[in-house]
Amino acid sequence: MPTDANASTTKRLERRDVTHVARLARLALSDAEADKALDELNAIFEMIAVMAAVDTSDVLPMSHAIEMSARLRDDVVTEPDQRDAHMALAPATAAGLYLVPRIIE
Amino acid sequence: MHGLTLHELGRALAERQISSMELTQRLLADIGRAAEPLNAFITVDPERALAAARAADQRRAMGDAAPLLGIPIAHKDIFCARGWRTTCGSRMLEGFVSPYDAGVVESCERAGLVLIGKTNMDEFAMGSSNETSFFGPVHNPWDPARVPGGSSGGSAAAVAARLVPAATGTDTGGSIRQPAALSGITGLKPTYGLVSRFGMIAFASSLDQAGPMATSAEDCALLLDAMAGFDPRDSTAIEYLPDGAANASGEQWRRYQRALAELAAVDRPLADVRIGLPEQYFGPGLSDDVRAAVDAAIDQLGRLGARTKSVSLPNSALSVPAYYVLAPAEASSNLSRFDGVRYGHRAAEYADLMEMYCRSRAEGFGAEVRRRILIGTYVLSHGYYDAYYVKAQKIRRLIADDFARAFRDVDVVLGPTAPSVAFPLAAKSADPVQMYLNDIFTIPANLAGLPALSLPCGFGEGGLPVGLQCVGPVFSEARLLAIAHRYQACTDWHRRMPPRPWM
Repeated sequence: MPTDANASTTKRLERRDVTHVARLARLALSDAEADKALDELNAIFEMIAVMAAVDTSDVLPMSHAIEMSARLRDDVVTEPDQRDAHMALAPATAAGLYLVPRIIE
Repeated sequence: MHGLTLHELGRALAERQISSMELTQRLLADIGRAAEPLNAFITVDPERALAAARAADQRRAMGDAAPLLGIPIAHKDIFCARGWRTTCGSRMLEGFVSPYDAGVVESCERAGLVLIGKTNMDEFAMGSSNETSFFGPVHNPWDPARVPGGSSGGSAAAVAARLVPAATGTDTGGSIRQPAALSGITGLKPTYGLVSRFGMIAFASSLDQAGPMATSAEDCALLLDAMAGFDPRDSTAIEYLPDGAANASGEQWRRYQRALAELAAVDRPLADVRIGLPEQYFGPGLSDDVRAAVDAAIDQLGRLGARTKSVSLPNSALSVPAYYVLAPAEASSNLSRFDGVRYGHRAAEYADLMEMYCRSRAEGFGAEVRRRILIGTYVLSHGYYDAYYVKAQKIRRLIADDFARAFRDVDVVLGPTAPSVAFPLAAKSADPVQMYLNDIFTIPANLAGLPALSLPCGFGEGGLPVGLQCVGPVFSEARLLAIAHRYQACTDWHRRMPPRPWM
């Protein structure tokens, strides 16, 4: 049971875990915020850690509330063209394009 | 007109005692007076509301007799409504005006309901007190120093204060039922898949479900009937109910009438109802005042003929830990769409694209949303996926199996909705774990996908309302509502109204 063997490896987060995860999540975090987040996340993961003690080796993961297969539909256009309405919501556009900082020199 | 039910307002409109325009104007005036003391609404748009009321009056003049035609309701500000600012309680969407309608908004409009305003809520529905809203906390009408519950706190407070006869809510871990309990109203989380999630801003997609909030079970049945129905734009919407009936408008009301007919014996209407009392829901974490009110409600149900027995949901205590892996994991993925490019907040200053993303998101999201994104990103990250995410999915099945086992012996599982009455503002907001534990009785039904409702069953400490929760097997909402209606027919807890000092 390879997956359940991992379940006991709940360890306390360290400061570098928080900065790593914040970067993955694209969230700017000041030093003070990262310190606070570290304490809060460790308290939350302490609460979560009780899961590790439960034997779930014979249990199938449940990924959805209702067991159902994906519904398929014909591959046809169903959405009306609302390009202008949607682009009007963007913070910065020009000539029908979204503007972001230059990423290619 | 204030304090009338959907049913009564529908009759007053049908008999031309009042027009939808007049009714909407009166409620708009009430909402304006309560704006400062309650903060239940984020956006009120009298012009749009009155235009919808005028259209409803025209429909009636043309002979339309839909039961809800012309009745004003409020939508939680998580539902996109065309032309309405739709914020989800977040700075991220402070200026977002939706270009389209959510499925629920469309179906309510089809039923003739008049959208009068968008209610306040915890940011992105993450909270149990309405204190995480960017637009400020909502105050509980029973005691303005207390929270109304969350995340559908604005809807709950607006209905409790009779500013609207009913409102929509959404429930991912208790966000309809817990505020319904803390504010003294009736609220239903339907079976997952019964109501469209299209246009409902996603928090945790495998758990999110919209439902009605009103002053009685009967009104919840009426509003559920308007809200429910298959929507091809929601990939997990249910097309057919297990007995083959189409999930369509009218079906839920038919089922409710049928369920009522089955519980029609005058003296003992609940003689065929077997109620399970989970021992885990009556443990030391439950406050004495809530326990006393729930015990009295159980006695009352017994006098109506219901048979009660003890059941066990042995994995209940694992529901909060599993939920705080699964819901943040799904949220971190869903909320990655907010990047400051196509819509939503963008930071004013940044050096490059990475900094633009990071600052826009840090500024646009509040503390609780950022916290849950961090939790979710961590549990999905390399090396932790199996230990947390897969493990929590396995626990989720254990919890669903607990209910399946209980429903072999009983028809409904009943207990308190929340462990205490409404708590004071700021009492728990500094301690996330304490706040999360407030949803210990409501989260299991979300994990298992089951319908569950909360109805008022008395008052506890400080004269604050207590909620009774009933959970049923999948697609049993009509029976839950019928049982609740039989209880409400011989009790008046749901008719008690909080003071309205602003009037």
